[in-house]
Amino acid sequence: MSEFLRSYLTVAIFGATGCLLVGAFVGLSALVRPTRPQAQKYLTYESGVDPVGTGWSQSNIRYYVFALLFVMFDVEAVFIFPWATRLEAYGYFGLVEMAIFIFILALGLFYAWRKGVLRWV
Amino acid sequence: MLNILAQPPTDAIPTPDVAWSGLMPLLILSGGAVLLLTIVSLAKDFIPRWFTPIYTVLIGIATGVAAIPLWLRVTDTPSAADPNNGPFATLDSSFGVDGFSVFFTMLFAAVVVLVALLANDYLRREDIDGPEFYVLMMLSASGGIVMASANDLIVMFLGLEILSIAVYVMAAMHSRRIESQEAGMKYFVLGALSSAVFLYGIALTYGATGSTNLVEIREFLSNVILLNDALLLAGFALLLVGFGFKVAAVPFHSWTPDVYQGAPTPVVGFMASAVKAAAFAGMLRVFWLTFGSYRTDWQPVIYGLAIATLLVGSFVAIVQTDVKRMLAYSSISHAGYLLVGVQAATNEGTATVLFYLAAYAFMVIGSFTVITLATGPGDAKTSLTDIAGLARTRPVLGIALTVFLLGQAGVPFTSGFFAKFYVISAAADANSYGLAIVAMLAAVVAAFLYLRIMMAIWLDGDEVADPTELAAAKAGIPVPWGAAVVLVVTVGFTLVFGLWPEPMIEMARDAVPALAIG
Amino acid sequence: MEHLLWVIPAFPLVGFLTLMVAGRRMGEPMAGWFATSMVGGAFAATAAVFFGLLGRDTGERVYEFTLFEWLPSGEFSVSFGFLGDPLSIAMALFITGISTLIHLYAIGYMHGDPNFSKFFLYLNMFVFSMLMLVMGDNMLLTFLGWEGVGACSYFLISFWFGDEANASAGKKAFVTNRVGDFGFMLAMFLVFFTVGSLNYSDMFLSVMSPDGIAESTATAIVVLLFVGAAGKSAQFPLYLWLPDAMAGPTPVSALIHAATMVTSGVYLLTRMNPVIAESANWAPDMIAWIGLFTALFAATIAVAQNDIKKVLAYSTVSQLGFMFVAVGSGLYVAAIFHMITHAFFKALLFLGAGSVIHGMDDDQDMRHYGALSKAMPITAATFIVGWLAISGVPPFSGFWSKDEVLLAAYENNFVLWLLLLLAAIMTAFYMSRLVFMTFFGEARWSDGHDAEAVDGEIAAAEDADDDATVEAAAEAPSREYHPHESPWQMWVPLVALAGLAAVGGVLNLPFSHDTKLLEKWLEPILFGNEVHITASTGTKWLLAIFAIVGGVVGIGLAAAAYLRKRIDTKAIEAPILAQGWMYDKAVTDFMGGPGRRMFDAATWFDANIIDGAVKGTARITTTVGSRLRLAQTGLVRTYALGVVVGTVILVTYFVARMSF
Repeated sequence: MSEFLRSYLTVAIFGATGCLLVGAFVGLSALVRPTRPQAQKYLTYESGVDPVGTGWSQSNIRYYVFALLFVMFDVEAVFIFPWATRLEAYGYFGLVEMAIFIFILALGLFYAWRKGVLRWV
Repeated sequence: MLNILAQPPTDAIPTPDVAWSGLMPLLILSGGAVLLLTIVSLAKDFIPRWFTPIYTVLIGIATGVAAIPLWLRVTDTPSAADPNNGPFATLDSSFGVDGFSVFFTMLFAAVVVLVALLANDYLRREDIDGPEFYVLMMLSASGGIVMASANDLIVMFLGLEILSIAVYVMAAMHSRRIESQEAGMKYFVLGALSSAVFLYGIALTYGATGSTNLVEIREFLSNVILLNDALLLAGFALLLVGFGFKVAAVPFHSWTPDVYQGAPTPVVGFMASAVKAAAFAGMLRVFWLTFGSYRTDWQPVIYGLAIATLLVGSFVAIVQTDVKRMLAYSSISHAGYLLVGVQAATNEGTATVLFYLAAYAFMVIGSFTVITLATGPGDAKTSLTDIAGLARTRPVLGIALTVFLLGQAGVPFTSGFFAKFYVISAAADANSYGLAIVAMLAAVVAAFLYLRIMMAIWLDGDEVADPTELAAAKAGIPVPWGAAVVLVVTVGFTLVFGLWPEPMIEMARDAVPALAIG
Repeated sequence: MEHLLWVIPAFPLVGFLTLMVAGRRMGEPMAGWFATSMVGGAFAATAAVFFGLLGRDTGERVYEFTLFEWLPSGEFSVSFGFLGDPLSIAMALFITGISTLIHLYAIGYMHGDPNFSKFFLYLNMFVFSMLMLVMGDNMLLTFLGWEGVGACSYFLISFWFGDEANASAGKKAFVTNRVGDFGFMLAMFLVFFTVGSLNYSDMFLSVMSPDGIAESTATAIVVLLFVGAAGKSAQFPLYLWLPDAMAGPTPVSALIHAATMVTSGVYLLTRMNPVIAESANWAPDMIAWIGLFTALFAATIAVAQNDIKKVLAYSTVSQLGFMFVAVGSGLYVAAIFHMITHAFFKALLFLGAGSVIHGMDDDQDMRHYGALSKAMPITAATFIVGWLAISGVPPFSGFWSKDEVLLAAYENNFVLWLLLLLAAIMTAFYMSRLVFMTFFGEARWSDGHDAEAVDGEIAAAEDADDDATVEAAAEAPSREYHPHESPWQMWVPLVALAGLAAVGGVLNLPFSHDTKLLEKWLEPILFGNEVHITASTGTKWLLAIFAIVGGVVGIGLAAAAYLRKRIDTKAIEAPILAQGWMYDKAVTDFMGGPGRRMFDAATWFDANIIDGAVKGTARITTTVGSRLRLAQTGLVRTYALGVVVGTVILVTYFVARMSF
């Protein structure tokens, strides 16, 4: 086995330990706890409210658009934070690059706005 | 903040030089797409319908025109007067500008122009609103340019994704047709899978060679003898899966028929021409150019893929009853021929692939133009019986489709003949006789498919032979001007280069790729 | 100047393409004028090239122009190039010249035809193909033109395809020509495998080098080429299709089946003269004797035909036989000379016949003609010029060229000459018969009417316009014609061709070396393979006198029989002659009888064994396809599984190859 693959051994050991620990605790609690089944106990927990319908219900399509827009700016932040910490090292080149990046993302938002997806009708 | 910038940086990160001239076509195309999106967002209600297609055509032409000076520069040899001639690279050697990339740039520009002309009529007929189609197409084509120019695996991946994501959306563009949605969905899920595999391949290659830059990888592979090349070879396999998926090589082809059948027909024309071309561009750049010293390792795989692709593409095609599915399988078998050229792993083989791609792009766009016009609103009537008697009801379409089918079958006096001829002779020159023979046999089987469609459009469909109905059919559906231009150009291309292939093959020979540092 | 070479065929090609796109829109007569001007342009370009060649020294009279490499691939490279040497330019010159005249004529002749523009489309296509045939610089290009002219010929023969006879005539031409083409193709393969090039100049250089080509190979090539030539140029036994081809419109008969296409066999053999020179002696002899037989055989049939076009058709077959005699005797110049003069007078005769047919309301039977010289003075006058030319009366062109051919035959073999002289006498006879029956004697085109009425009608017909004819056509059942002169588009070409037929002889007057213009012109392409005449001047004079006397005797006999009625014509027009020696019938019967059974057997074999194999293959193909289709479930997860399995296979393969 090469040196390269050997370094992954740590990961494997770590993973195996994790599985073992979880299995051990779940098994231990199963051994010591009392078992009194009731119908209510098998209900899905939904913030204390009785669940309605099945778990595979349709969500409103608009959530997806908002989620997408959120992801867009989330990803933007991922790029902007490290860039901001080293702005002086990148110089003007970095500034222009980021301006283009933000411009294109903003254009997407602008497009979405003009398209009318931001309004919750 | 400006103060910070004004200070001389203590540990400045070197920023790459940008050779703007080399990026010009790409900037025009992608900038044109972004600009179009801006314009339509700002002035959505003031823009007439004709504006977007015209704009797209102009941008496409501008891209092609901008590529011409580049072409002259990169295919020339450096001289005292022009020391800058010849292939070069920019952006820290991650973006190569050589005959190869410029050739593909021009091809994509042509595809954008043709598909835009076709799509105008289609979108109007199907009442699909908005300029998004054009924006996405231009972005997708610019992704193709990036792939064809990439000198770095990461850049290649970026190109692949720019290309693909736009096409996923385009495939699902016809939002009122469930088939279109299904096509987009399938293409997206499977495409994402293949992209992930491709990315993993990049990672493994990086792990094995220590670089993602193609120039450095090639240097590394030719200078260093790897004691353990398992990582590298696994990388080869995964990269090949990524490319194989995009070119629809067997066994990564299964999405093709469903997506071709479901997606809007002009989009299929774009997929079959541009996406395939871009994927082959990437494949040649990565495998032939970069991994050339390991060709004995990957050649047999491409050999096997080519045979499987040729056979499955040709055989399954003939039992189909839907024209779009037939052409989907035909595009699979064409991928097989192209793989034959790639497998040769010679300069000539590469040139023949380029010739084939150019010839095929025009033929396939032409074919799908006819299909678009012939199948009527909603892309609904695409079975073979629906277009029966097409040559009688609409002779122009019938004749044009016949030309394209003959071309795809490889009949002499069409560009398709020379495409097949060159590819097979390149394989024979590389001593791959078995593959050449399989390719020729597959051509015979595939000819059956094209003949079947031709029989249907020329001989069948007696039920519409009623003269009054015929006259009504002729008068009722004129060929729209945009599609007419596309048909003239594509038929002309197919026939002219079928009689006189020399300029095209010479151009393809000049476009053999080179890896430059810059 | 080289660049003008490709301009020559480009003109009719442009014409063809334009007519294809816009022919219907141009309509009549624009389409006709356009096509005519395109061919005229080709003629002008050819003339320019001709003068360019003329300006050069004898040894350098050749232009070569390669448009592009057509099949650039390894060993097998064929260029798409044109060869402009004395032979091809001489051919191109008379092809384009006569084509222009015939195009012009056709504008008048095809007046009112529903497919007017389509006719000119085919004609332009034909001229293009013919020019490719003679100007191609390699055999493949010649073959391409060869096939092209063949295709146009079938289209044009069956142009009025509503008529069953026309369609079947087209088929007959197609099948017979297949046999010939097969010979050409085999010859071409043989040349390629022995010489390694299809380009004429390369081929001849290699053939003429000391260790060029084996005699047996050369002989095989010549024989195969002759099979090809016999098919296209209607030599025995492949002549069958030409008389039937007369079903086509008359301008077609004049252009394709008299002046140009049918002479391409002669052209081909002349072009390949270096190979003939290398072949065994019996090969050219065979050509000469078959030519002689054809000349005699067809002449006897022509004597007994009553259809005016059939007479001319058999006459063409016979005259082509004359040319083959000259080729076989090694006197290529005589062959080409006769080809050119024949093109002049036979085109003239056909067009004249067309004019007569036109005037006679599409009746082709000479028994219904007579005394038409009064009704159609121009047609008659020009026709008489053609008649004198073909009969070999000096100083008309036919005399000079036929004399050369006879001299060639005499040089070769005395019997050959004697029999050929007999054929020449018969030529004079049947042509005179045609002329006398058509233009002289009593008018037979109104049987049932008395003589006065006929005279009156002639007087009326002289100033009758087209409307009168239309009316006459309307009341067709009573055989009441108003023969009339044709419109100017038709008679102008007649006059022009008559002029050429009269003075065409100056091309090659035998008086001294200086007057033999054609011989000097063609010298460079014959590579010294032309046979030298050994006969003394006295002998030549004697032969010429024999030829003249023969012609006069033929005319005299015909006059006695058909003008003076001294001889019973029944004896001459024997039924067996009228039916072409039963050859056609024999072939048909054979095909219907024993041949039929053979074909049935072949059909059975084809249907059960060959087709079985093909269908079996198709069935297997379909089955395989259907099985493979099952994998296409439409489920994304199946597809993804396919991708993953493929990935695993590839990874496994690659990793199995890794080095440790």
